[in-house]
Amino acid sequence: MSLFVNLTLNGITNGMIFAAVALGLVFIWRATHIVNFGQGSMAMFTTYLAVTLLDRHLNYWLAFAAALVAGLVMGAVIETILIRPLAGKPALNPVIVTLGLFILLEGMAGSIFGIGSRSFPPAFSQAGLTFGHTKVAFSHFDVFILIAVVALMLGTLALFRATSLGLRMRAAAFAPEVARLLGVRVGRILTLGWALAAVAGSLAGLLVAPTVSFSPNFMDLVLVYAFTAAVLGGLDSPVGALVGGLVTGLALSYVGGYLGSSLEPLGALAILMVVLSARPEGLFSRPAPRRV
Amino acid sequence: MLDVEELSVSYGAVQALRGVTFQAQDGSVTAVLGANGAGKTTLLRTVSGLVKQQSGTVSYDGVKLSGLSVENIVRLGVSHVPEGRGVIEELTVEENLRLGTLWQFSHRQRRSVLDEIYELFPPLAEGRSRMASTLSGGERQMLAIGRALSSKPTLLLLDEPSLGLAPLVTAQIMALVRRLARETRLTVVLVEQNVRSALSIAEEAVVINLGRVVIADRAATVAADTQLRHHYLGF
Repeated sequence: MSLFVNLTLNGITNGMIFAAVALGLVFIWRATHIVNFGQGSMAMFTTYLAVTLLDRHLNYWLAFAAALVAGLVMGAVIETILIRPLAGKPALNPVIVTLGLFILLEGMAGSIFGIGSRSFPPAFSQAGLTFGHTKVAFSHFDVFILIAVVALMLGTLALFRATSLGLRMRAAAFAPEVARLLGVRVGRILTLGWALAAVAGSLAGLLVAPTVSFSPNFMDLVLVYAFTAAVLGGLDSPVGALVGGLVTGLALSYVGGYLGSSLEPLGALAILMVVLSARPEGLFSRPAPRRV
Repeated sequence: MLDVEELSVSYGAVQALRGVTFQAQDGSVTAVLGANGAGKTTLLRTVSGLVKQQSGTVSYDGVKLSGLSVENIVRLGVSHVPEGRGVIEELTVEENLRLGTLWQFSHRQRRSVLDEIYELFPPLAEGRSRMASTLSGGERQMLAIGRALSSKPTLLLLDEPSLGLAPLVTAQIMALVRRLARETRLTVVLVEQNVRSALSIAEEAVVINLGRVVIADRAATVAADTQLRHHYLGF
């Protein structure tokens, strides 16, 4: 029983992190119809910047904020320099470029920061909370993870639904040519989409780092699971990213807890196979109508 | 005034427009007519900047439009309702309309602009929170035109507004376009397959065939030329 409770709590926290990374993938997919395979490495890189600042005894929250800002800048720069020139070219090109970005950033991080594992300090205590006599696998830091990702989701919802900028972003994603004819500067909107996606990734990186062995490839598996979550939820649905993240997190937690942690990647593969055979567009996506 | 001079546009090996020349005066309705594939849509898309020309010039109020981005051409007062209307189905009626107001108007001004559009098109007012995907053809056309008008343009490019619409709705929309041109000095360039409707509200007409201008003259003159009508316009 307590194993189930602990696996569930563990699944929820991991799921929220997958949701945050998946949300970044969704932003970029909606804006540019590209799957950003470099999403995890971008997050890794900005997390390394944070730990470098923390090593120099900068205040924790300043380093945290600096990583988010670095993500914003990095996303904007990458979109402008690497991704924009790919517009109108074959669909395989962005796949190659973002995979290349993934390899480049991991290599750079290894060169600059070293390839060995180290630890990343958590923002809050990672000791399990106690309810009555029962200790659960849920800490203050896990509460922080939940709050941070919920805040990200609510912020995203508010941006898209309640602001003019969000309206422009939705129009640019749904109908870029029509949006341009209405004066929306679609190019700038795309850059902003990438920048915000990178911030979501940076946040996820800062939330994952204290829970794993921190090295240049610490986000690799997270990206694989987040990608699974995004496909499950629907690559163009922010709500899908959240639900997909939670479902993936819970499923993998149970697989890992009851069947063995080495089977978790297979669990993700199984989810992908089921989704892609039964409902390839994902749970919350509208199937694209065929135009005849 | 819209001034198109010796405009040539090709899509790869296909020459869509060859040396097209005509003017559209301020406050007038100019009908652009011709068979399918004549180049009419290409003409509008070149004026609004979606397509780049190979040679020739397009100027509006003395400003050369070639080389400008679509977004900057819009900011000169040009509004293009594309073929198929371009209603964004994933947004509501009000969101579609608001989109047109964003670059031009402040937050407070947008509300009164939208109210003006709703006055022009009462069915849109009733359905303002509906998803645009639920609108009928006539309502979509109203939405597309309303949205184009919401930035208070001085040049309106309309690509086949009557497509798929019942004759009564077409007549209402054409009457509205003529009224707006007369009352607000809006310059309208109207591409139409429904030649009779277009000629009924236009002052000037340009007939295009295989990318070339066959005639650019007063609409009444074009309408009276029975040989021209039979040959190029099908009636």
